[in-house]
Amino acid sequence: MQPTNTDNPEYFHKVIDCQYACPSHTPVPEYIRLIGQGKYDEAFRINWISNVFPGVLGRICDRPCEPACRRSRVEETPVAICRLKRVTADYKNPATDFRLPVPSAKNGKRIALIGAGPASLTVARDLLPLGYTVDLYDDQSKAGGFIRTQVPSFRLPEKVLNEDVDRILTMGVTTFFNQYVDSLKKIVDQGYDAIFVGTGAPRGRDLPDLPGRREGAAEIFIGIDWLAGVLYRHIVGCGPRVLVLGGGNTAMDCCRTAKRLGADEVSVIVRSPRAEMKASPWEIEDALEEGIPIIDNHAPLEFVVEEGRLTGMKFQKMTAVYDRDGRRRLIPSAEPPVVIACDQVILAVGQMNSFPFIEGDLGLTMNDHGLPVLDRTTHQSTVPHIFFGGDAAFGPKNVITAVAHGHEAAISIDLFCQGRDLHDRPGPAHTLVSQKMGMQDWLYDSSVSVDKRHAVPTVDRAKSLRDRLIEVELGFDKPTANHEASRCLNCDVQTVFTYSTCIECDACVDICPEMCITFTDNGDADDLRARLLAPADNREQDLYVSPPLPTGRVMVKDENVCLHCGLCAERCPTSSWEMMKYTYKSRVAGEK
Amino acid sequence: MSTEKPVFRHPQATRNTLGLTRKDYEGAVSTLCAGCGHDSTTNAIIQACFELAVEPHRVVKLSGIGCSSKTPAYFLSRSHGFNAVHGRMPSVATGANMANRELLYIGISGDGDTASIGMGQFAHALRRNLNLNYICMNNGCYGLTKGQDSATADFGSAGKKGVPNPYSSIDLCELAIGLGASFVARGFSGDKQQLVPLIMGAFAHQGLAFIDVISPCVTFNNTATSTKSYEYVREHSEATNTFDFIPLQQEILTHYPEGTSQEVIMHDGSIIHLHKAEAGLTITSRRKALDNLEEQKARGRLLTGLLYINPESKDTHEIINSTLRPLNSLGEADLCPGNAALQQINAGLR
Ligand SMILES: Cc1cc2nc3c(=O)[nH]c(=O)nc-3n(C[C@H](O)[C@H](O)[C@H](O)COP(=O)(O)OP(=O)(O)OC[C@H]3O[C@@H](n4cnc5c(N)ncnc54)[C@H](O)[C@@H]3O)c2cc1C
Ligand SMILES: Cc1ncc(C[n+]2csc(CCOP(=O)(O)OP(=O)(O)O)c2C)c(N)n1
Ligand code: SF4
Ligand code: SF4
Ligand code: SF4
Ligand SMILES: [Mg+2]
Repeated sequence: MQPTNTDNPEYFHKVIDCQYACPSHTPVPEYIRLIGQGKYDEAFRINWISNVFPGVLGRICDRPCEPACRRSRVEETPVAICRLKRVTADYKNPATDFRLPVPSAKNGKRIALIGAGPASLTVARDLLPLGYTVDLYDDQSKAGGFIRTQVPSFRLPEKVLNEDVDRILTMGVTTFFNQYVDSLKKIVDQGYDAIFVGTGAPRGRDLPDLPGRREGAAEIFIGIDWLAGVLYRHIVGCGPRVLVLGGGNTAMDCCRTAKRLGADEVSVIVRSPRAEMKASPWEIEDALEEGIPIIDNHAPLEFVVEEGRLTGMKFQKMTAVYDRDGRRRLIPSAEPPVVIACDQVILAVGQMNSFPFIEGDLGLTMNDHGLPVLDRTTHQSTVPHIFFGGDAAFGPKNVITAVAHGHEAAISIDLFCQGRDLHDRPGPAHTLVSQKMGMQDWLYDSSVSVDKRHAVPTVDRAKSLRDRLIEVELGFDKPTANHEASRCLNCDVQTVFTYSTCIECDACVDICPEMCITFTDNGDADDLRARLLAPADNREQDLYVSPPLPTGRVMVKDENVCLHCGLCAERCPTSSWEMMKYTYKSRVAGEK
Repeated sequence: MSTEKPVFRHPQATRNTLGLTRKDYEGAVSTLCAGCGHDSTTNAIIQACFELAVEPHRVVKLSGIGCSSKTPAYFLSRSHGFNAVHGRMPSVATGANMANRELLYIGISGDGDTASIGMGQFAHALRRNLNLNYICMNNGCYGLTKGQDSATADFGSAGKKGVPNPYSSIDLCELAIGLGASFVARGFSGDKQQLVPLIMGAFAHQGLAFIDVISPCVTFNNTATSTKSYEYVREHSEATNTFDFIPLQQEILTHYPEGTSQEVIMHDGSIIHLHKAEAGLTITSRRKALDNLEEQKARGRLLTGLLYINPESKDTHEIINSTLRPLNSLGEADLCPGNAALQQINAGLR
């Protein structure tokens, strides 16, 4: 293999598994370290700059960082990264003003944001400090988008949401609430320098052709509309027996909400096998723990309506069969259809985009999926000054993706308003700083904790099931947060190898608890992976290869399960290994 | 500084036939200087024990005094150990071995411990062909007492103090061959590919197996003027042979072309396959073995690898015809066989 080019900013970034997996590349180990030092404000600020909604995301983030966490390759469970984010929001000084300074003199450019979800709010947060005038339109009475109207309060209390949202609005956003934009043309005609569309994927899928749909309509609801109805208190109760159809996170929110509205029996019905449910494992777990059964392999056949009243639903049991390529098909089983009695059905079977307000003659090209044709990087549409982000851009995803889109769109809008090339984007800021303090002492805590993942305490279940406004999770107390923080393996503290001073004494090889390091003859990647001291078969993890050493061999380090314990550097007589902290920060709009 | 290793180990760390991982053969974290050759030699011992699936409780570690003699603390923490006084490892090993011939004895010593204060003990252990694996971690100096030249320092070699050694040196391998060791090898801490099989071969050997392991002292004797530095040893070593050690009961998978390799069957049935660098290099003759060493020395080279082996030698127990059983298993009836047996012995003396 060629010697690894560690000057490529992505090499060490990739070693920081969590940060690399995060769509907005939050510097996770750094904020976790600050929590351990009790520096909650600094830890919060890192999150606020990068992911914009620390209080919200510390509760409801889809957390792609956690499955990526190195710790889960070393022991069973990842660091509770998401819940540590909440810790920064819970324990920061309430008096600290985190808002970014906004110049009083405006730059003369006016931007319209349509939809007040996390994507638009991120654009506003990034552009206001640069002097832009920002107008925000939403059909609801408050900002937040789906995280206000959809995500139930027992997962995300309104107070927490308001705090994160208001931090942005009070930086100087001009809001136009309760205003449905029924014509994009009208906005265009107002002469904005740029327009950002962040209207989400606001339509829930129905089962319009299923027999009984019309007759039972009074007791059949579309999940996302129903959740919004609950929030606005149009819906205050529900039938004693509720069926929720669908296997995603919306279904999990619906069933848990129904339970809190007084339903005696709530069941979730999914078409496919349980293992293939789209919902996050922790959401499924929470529903199960609240006594909600999940019935899988049941395809809906009809709504059973008797004497004008919904009394149940008929299902065909399905069997999953796998063809030779491992592809799954669902085929009806031989058993006769079953009827499950119920008083109410909530459909949470999918979400769609819809842009009824975009006129055909605007020049905005849509693709076959009814989504705007966009540049993947710049988020620019076929109308140069109209940009898209969040669920409206590439279909429904999650909050952290909407935030990442917002950052990118803000960079594009800023470049666009200056008449600059949108593809000439600022690269990440990165530094590599030695952690050496003394002979064998480090600026970071290199010891490796053996603690298992700490569980987040919850309120009394009976109490929480009575009131949908009571948040289920209580969050970590400070001592537990510290212990959880200590589980982080400091993946940002890199093992940096200088080949020219190495005397090939093997001390690093001998001490490494994880057998990461091998000195061997060079070969191609497949060959090397098979020849290292320990099998290197996780191909998502890189091999760090040095130029040839005096014996003709090369140093090969498999990054996969390195604990960043620093022992290699401590035992190296020539400091050929050094522990160096790598900071990697994605640029936001206005940064060079 | 970290005084403990993290507990985590590679999730795919292999297990040996006893179901143990390498971790089960480790000891405390070393307190030697970073980069010390002794640590690497220690790890070669760990590797050999792991690969041979040695049962840790059947091992006795013995040592004298010196940085080298501290290393038994850094391997096999589940084995027996005795840290003797300076140069006295062989006599303690002899006593232990006499008491229980069934255990695996690993004697660790240094060049100071062996070639100076312990020279007398060393000589007699060799002469008696004690069933001991005698590993001398040779760095040409007294590391623990800050790097004075030892008796193995080469003439003219200078360590950190910069004063060339005015005396001629003792070649411990030549001495061992000359005085009766039945397995003599030389390794280098920086070459585990060679060292690990040498240690495994020594373990399978019945009788005194001596391995002189050049283990550089990074702190006091790794200078450009030293002949026991990493760089010097790497540039000047010449291997007699490379070899595979095939433990008893392991299937032989490699095919060796005729004429290129020599097979030595060990006492316990294990096999050493030597791949000779130079055809005709004989290592089963004492005289030839000494010649080989001297020849290379004359050319300024340091001969490494398996230097001499006599697989048919008799160890101390066989020489003195002692009991086959460990002393702690002998009961009263064995130790006091009664009047009839006494009469028989007396009759034999008449
Ligand atoms: C039930 C449910 C639970 C979810 N749970 C999670 C979770 O736990 N974690 C997570 O990360 N994500 C979750 N999501 C997804 C997440 O809410 C969205 O991905 C995210 O909110 C998308 O943000 P956005 O900015 O693109 O738009 P949205 O948040 O959808 O906001 C769009 C806003 O635009 C408004 N709007 C639309 N059209 C117009 C118009 N023409 N004029 C004016 N206003 C308009 C909408 O009313 C809305 O307020 C969940 C989604 C649902 C449905
Ligand atoms: C009876 C006695 N004499 C002298 C000493 C001092 N002493 C301690 S270690 C040592 C030399 C050790 O040299 P070596 O065996 O080569 O070990 P190294 O430290 O080099 O590994 C000496 C002379 C001692 N401990 N005991
Ligand atoms: S920091 Fe060094 S010693 Fe520790 S696990 Fe990583 S490579 Fe091994
Ligand atoms: S410990 Fe240092 S000098 Fe020794 S082999 Fe490792 S990197 Fe090279
Ligand atoms: S003094 Fe020399 S022999 Fe002793 S530990 Fe340090 S490097 Fe090793
Ligand atoms: Mg010595």
